[in-house]
Order: sequence, then C-alpha cells, then structure tokens
Amino acid sequence: MSVVIPGAALPANTPDPVTPRAVPHRGGEANPSVEALRAQFSAAIGRHEVMWGETTVWIDAAQVRQIVLWLRDDPAQQYDYLVDVTAVEHRDPSLPLEMVWHVRSLPYRRFLRLKAALAPEAELEVPSIEPVYKAANWLEREVFDMFGIRFAGHSDLRRILLWDSYAEGFPLRKDFPLRGRFSRSEQLSQALLANPDAKYSMEELSVADAFHELPADMRARLLRESAGG
Amino acid sequence: MATTTRTIEVELATQALGADGRVQRLPLTADTSGAVMPRELAPGAEPDMGSERMLINIGPQHPATHGVLRLVLELDGETVIRCVPHIGYLHCGFEKIGEYRQYNQIIPWTDREDYLNSMGNNIAYALGAERLFGIEITPRCTVLRVIAMELSRIISHLVWLGTTAVDMGAFTPFLWTFQERETVYNLFESWVGARLTTSASRIGGMAADLPPGWIDGLKGFLRSLPKTLDETDRMLTRNGIWVGRTVGLGVMTSSEAINYGLSGPMLRASGVAYDVRKDFPYLDYDTYDWDIVVGSKGDVYDRYLVRLEEMRQSVRIIEQAIERLPEGPLNVDDPRVILPAKSKATSEMESMIHHFKLVMEGPRPPAGECYVPTESPKGEKGYYLVSDGTSKPVRWRIRPPAFVNLSAIAKMAEGHLLSDVIAINASIDIVMGEIDR
Repeated sequence: MSVVIPGAALPANTPDPVTPRAVPHRGGEANPSVEALRAQFSAAIGRHEVMWGETTVWIDAAQVRQIVLWLRDDPAQQYDYLVDVTAVEHRDPSLPLEMVWHVRSLPYRRFLRLKAALAPEAELEVPSIEPVYKAANWLEREVFDMFGIRFAGHSDLRRILLWDSYAEGFPLRKDFPLRGRFSRSEQLSQALLANPDAKYSMEELSVADAFHELPADMRARLLRESAGG
Repeated sequence: MATTTRTIEVELATQALGADGRVQRLPLTADTSGAVMPRELAPGAEPDMGSERMLINIGPQHPATHGVLRLVLELDGETVIRCVPHIGYLHCGFEKIGEYRQYNQIIPWTDREDYLNSMGNNIAYALGAERLFGIEITPRCTVLRVIAMELSRIISHLVWLGTTAVDMGAFTPFLWTFQERETVYNLFESWVGARLTTSASRIGGMAADLPPGWIDGLKGFLRSLPKTLDETDRMLTRNGIWVGRTVGLGVMTSSEAINYGLSGPMLRASGVAYDVRKDFPYLDYDTYDWDIVVGSKGDVYDRYLVRLEEMRQSVRIIEQAIERLPEGPLNVDDPRVILPAKSKATSEMESMIHHFKLVMEGPRPPAGECYVPTESPKGEKGYYLVSDGTSKPVRWRIRPPAFVNLSAIAKMAEGHLLSDVIAINASIDIVMGEIDR
C-alpha cells in the first residue's frame, strides 16, 4: 500500500501551508472550485461568499448528489473527503433552515462549504450523499435525528442518538424547548399559558423551575398572591 | 417430532413440548428478520450447524466497549456476519445547550465530550471562537496552547494504550501508562486547578498562566515518558500474543479510510499522511520540526504503532515549545473579550462596569460562521460556530472524530471472529462522551 500524501495534486513548488494570520471577516480569495462548479452546474449554483477565509457556495438541494459526485471525481477538484454534514436553523424565523456540507479535497488541500436553503413549507427532504461518501451514513442519521430532515436514498435512515420511539420531536429545532416538551416545567408552563387563572403555589413553580419563564404580568400576580397570603 | 439435538446452545435453548408431551430443548436460531425462534427439525435430522446464526449483544455496559456502546452481532459459529452498533446512551444535548450559553460558558461543556482530551477540546473551541471574533492570540499563549494540546494527546494515547492492552489480556502496560498519565494530571492540576475537566482556555487567552516551577515538572515528565514508552514498546511490539491478536484485523485501505471519513491515527494507519497540524496548520504547528506517523497495512497493529510513535513526536514538539516559550502577556489586549484585572475591577468604577457587562451580557462576535479544524488524539475535531451577532451562538456544532470513525466498525468487524471485535473496537479509540454528546 503506497502512502497517500495530501497536496499531491498541487504544483511541486507550492509552499507548505502555514498558520493563517489576520483572516478577514469578509472577502478574500474564493475557492477556485466555485467557478468550476458554476461552469458545470450553472443553474444549480447560487451565490457564494468568503467569510473568515472559508468559501461557502449555495446550491440547489435537489442536485446535491450530482454536485458532490462531480466534485469527488473530477480530476481538477478531487473532493475525496467528507468532513461533516449538518444543518442550521436560525433564530430569525424568516430565515430558512439550511443544510450544510463540509467537503475537503486532500490532493488540493481545499475546503469548501456547500449550503442549501430548505423551503419552509415543503417537506424537509434532501437527497442522501451516502452513495458518494460512506462517511455520510451516520452524519445524515444524526441530522435526521436532530432536525427531522429526511435523506432520500439513505440506506438506513433511523434515529441514532435518540431511541426509535422518541416522540418529542427534533431537539435541535428552534421550536423545541431546551428542557424537552414532556418535562415537568414545560408541562406546567403550557398549562399556565392555557389557563392563566390557574392557581399554582410558588413552591410548585420553583420545583418545576418555571417561574422565570412566565409572562411578566403572571409573575406579578403570583408574587402579589404569595405576599398577600 | 424433534429428535435429540446436538447443539452448543443447550443453556440458551427454549423449552418446548414435543408431540409425546415431554419437555424438549430446541436449538435457537435467528430467522432473516433477526428474531430468535425455536426451530423445528425433521425426525432423525441433525441440526445443520452451518446455517445457524446466533445473536449476541455486547454492551451497553461492558468493560471492553469503553463506555456505553452497544454492539449487536450476528454470529455464524464465532464469525461475525453482521455488526449493528447502537449509540446514544450518553446523549446529553451539548449542541442544544450551547445555543443557550454565552461563548465563554460553552468551554466547560467541551471538557465533557472527549474527556480524555479536555484541554485539547478547550483550546480547539477557543480557536474556533477566536476566528469568529477575529482575535489574534499572543505569542506566549500560542506556545502554551501547543504544550497543553500535546500533553492532552499524550494522556489520551496513554489511556488508549493501557486499556487496549487490558482488552487483549495484558495488565502491566495499563499500570505503566496510568502512572505516566498521573504525572500529567498533576501538572494540569497545578496549572488550572482541575485534573480532568480543566476548562483551561478563554476566548483570547487562557484561564491562568503557569505557576512557578511548572516547566521543571514538565521536563521531568518528558524524561520519564520515553522510558515508559520504550518499556511498553519492548513488551508489546514483538510480543507473540499481541502480534497475533492485532495483525491483519479490521483492515481499511487508504481509499476506504478516506471514503469512510476516518481521521487521526485511524486514517494515518491506513497510509494517508493527513494531519490537520501539517495540512491546515493552527497555533504555528508548521514551525515545529516533527513527523507525521503513517502506517502501511491499516490494521489494528498499525494503529497501535502509529499511536505509540505519535507520543514520541508529541514529546519532540513539547521540547521545542519549551525552548521557544516567550515571556510577555498571556491574554490579548482586547476589552471586548478579556476581563479587566481583578484589582482594577474592585477599585475603579469603569472597570467594574466593564467586568459586569462582560460577565452578564457576554462578548458578542460579528455575525458570521466559521469551521476551525484541529487534530485531536481521535482525529479531526472541528467546531463549526454560527453567530447572528448576539452573545450566544445560533449553532454550535462539534465535528466528532470518534463518531465518524466508529461508523466504520461494521465494515471492519464483519468477517472476523467475536474475540477480534474487541480488538477492533479498541483500536478505534472511542470516547462515548464525544460520540453521543
């Protein structure tokens, strides 16, 4: 077995990589693969940006498998290493849920972030890239487990960190409460919101650790009642 | 109906009533759905041992699974036909919790994922957050972080070496390696006050500078560790039992290893000379003189050799770091992230307000995102941080190397013997805290 050397596809006089210094927030040289992608898949490639030295390119989620397959097999790209598959949901509800793929070319020492916005109304489903990178198997299962995004063509799409019968939803979604939907504090908060006149003692609320999450007027009323006896 | 059966599973077999009304034992077998069913045998027939499959459950609580990993194995005799790993028993929702914490408050959580490399995680996370804040750390901090990260690599590999030797039935190296590890934990304790959960880094610096005499203690460790490594080397590397139990097991070729996303010693043992410290350097690793350790066969034995030699390379790096350790400030001079001096905070109103605002509101990075990879003992560990300009991240993603490495265990274990699964699992160097997060 011969040793695989990263950077082997670069010209022989390429200097060794050094620790980056004073990386700019925005701007800088974009990864040359972006232009190659645009030439190959014109319609499926959206805008790109360079932030903190990393290039992000927006793609059409429906074509991700063809895109990464081409990136992996084209001799001028050779993105042979899948670093990560994940998703981002923003706090701002007007922003869409994003799929994120981090791919790396060992022969060219390049790093590229592919992003795809998922339409909010449509069913959350993107093609699986497991046929291209075996590494995607568990990573996509984790995204499914945490965000509820389905991967079409995945060989074994099951929950991975949570158990199969887990019914509370998808924890990394922003509408999922930090303590879980079925926790005592969350149930109490929901009950209070449904019936603001319900009587709960301060002790019950403090046991459930829910007092500070109540609306301000409800907190004031409870404080008055507990002070007045 | 069923006749006397000669079976190896007498104890496990289910009791059933025969046609004559007498209690009989039927051999266990698994049908294609995986369910274990008593099987009917034709009169006078011997059970066909070749087609009998047994389901074995290893874990979740078993010393050889290094935590709470559960492996469901389908065996034909002693040969593994299918291996289905189940994880998640230690899932704590670190990434969810991080979305409700300020950037500095996340550092204690990084201790608890890969708890054998807590100092390394602290620093890897701080590097990611500093990129997001656009901060350049001081020269002294850079060198101290290199020392801390390489010490973490050494203790993680020492624990790996000791526990793997125990898995294979050798107890002595465990005692040797844990004795050396103790020295490092004493050093950590005198530096930051904690042994396992160090929380040593801060955005823009470190929690504390070195106490007096610390470097002398480190030099003592650097003198004793190579002796222990040489002893372990002599004991294991040419040991017939060790070689017999590791050579040719769990082989991953270089192209398979890349496609499965393996990283760290797992990838390098398969002959891929990829190390984040060389290819995407951070903390000036490019200016140190050290070598990437590469295997040739990609089996368990090569992973052992790679990790053993990597500890020696870490010693080389630390020795150079001690030589160049500069004097000067430890933390950056940046009031956005660094607290004012304690004496000022208790005597000047402005400094007190500054302290209060930094602690209560937290530092705010500009909106943006970054992924900063580092080479942890397990492989490529990166933190992907997304900020919307507030003091808490929108997304804090850990790229867990052991998680991706473990996902290849089915590929590595299938076709090997049951006892070899233990060796293959040990060679991945899993830490369930990082896998389940």
